[in-house]
Amino acid sequence: MAGKIKKIFTVGLIKDNPVFRQILGICSALAVTNLMMNSLVMGLGLIFVTAFSELTYSLIRNITPKHIRMMVQTLIISAYVIIVDIFLKAYFPDMSKALGPYVGLIITNCIIMGRCEAYAQFNPPFYSFIDGVAAGTGYAAVLLFIAFFRELLGFGTLFGISILGEGWVSWTLMIMPPGAFFMLGIVIWISHSIFPTEDTKKSSKGGASA
Amino acid sequence: MIEIHPMVIFFAAIFTNNMILSNFLGMCSFIAVSSEIKTSLNLGQAVTFVLTFTTLLNYFVYHVILVPLGLEYLRYIVFIIVIAAFVQLVEMIIDRYFQTLYYALGIFLPLITVNCAILGVSLFMVIRDYDLFQSLAFGVGSGIGWTLAIVTMAGIRQKIKKAPIPKGLEGPGITLIIIGLMALAFIGFSGIVQIQ
Repeated sequence: MAGKIKKIFTVGLIKDNPVFRQILGICSALAVTNLMMNSLVMGLGLIFVTAFSELTYSLIRNITPKHIRMMVQTLIISAYVIIVDIFLKAYFPDMSKALGPYVGLIITNCIIMGRCEAYAQFNPPFYSFIDGVAAGTGYAAVLLFIAFFRELLGFGTLFGISILGEGWVSWTLMIMPPGAFFMLGIVIWISHSIFPTEDTKKSSKGGASA
Repeated sequence: MIEIHPMVIFFAAIFTNNMILSNFLGMCSFIAVSSEIKTSLNLGQAVTFVLTFTTLLNYFVYHVILVPLGLEYLRYIVFIIVIAAFVQLVEMIIDRYFQTLYYALGIFLPLITVNCAILGVSLFMVIRDYDLFQSLAFGVGSGIGWTLAIVTMAGIRQKIKKAPIPKGLEGPGITLIIIGLMALAFIGFSGIVQIQ
């Protein structure tokens, strides 16, 4: 069992990493990565929603009619997103403001539905839960990686703590939208060079259908 | 919220607060479809159409049903249902009455339900507290802005089809770099008008 869990994690984190392998869910990946703190909260929220949505969907997978499964998945995901949203509003109101609509947009984050469709539909609840945690963690890792460079270069800080000192001239471009696009492009470039896929075209098509 | 004229919101949504280039919304289908000008234009039209009507519908649902009942927290679930139901309805109607239009837009409609731009516009509308005309202007403007971005993108991608690109950068990588350059160009508009 431990071996299977380990396998799920390597697949979720590296081999099928949702962001740079399958180009899924990048809307929010780009929007929240100007600060490490935002990315961390977003990542945790996504892990929570993905894991529990997969768990719930996996529990009812055998009694859900096939042709309405998309709707059922969407409703499950929305319910968990509402929990995350209310939780943030109650305990971290500033963070909730900073993330704005992007918490709600977790619903349309293709990663979650993609995992429900690809994994939870055929697997028992426990493994689905683990798969959700793995896919969410893979997403959070990329988010933090991008945010690390954007915040460091854009503000000279990490988690709001000054790293590069007073003399650092903030590279404002990095915290503006173009910086996000360039960073993600470069991350994808690096990841495709280090772990070449047999067919890059195929993976981008997979993202399209989800 | 200070009063902003709907026309201001309309132009801001196209140029300075472009859905893709400054809010990162609707990227998934953007990267997948933006390889041909004609299909991009069709998708853009479909998105603009759906965006306009779902924004209006969601405006009424939110202000007529959810606010009086104190159920604002349910908005995510309600908005996504409204969007999905509307898309389904439109698909059925144009399939029945406008066959040619169905062949042009048909395959894109299901894609639109999961387009984050649609839900994003409705959520922005609630957060920024727009009134009816502001919401309408914002919906139409966002749709046109999205179309503008995707058609431009498709044009650029067609031009670079034969260009030599570093191996790892092919496909999504180079697309993101191009979007980055486009976003950089659109920053030039930001002096005109700014909405928060």
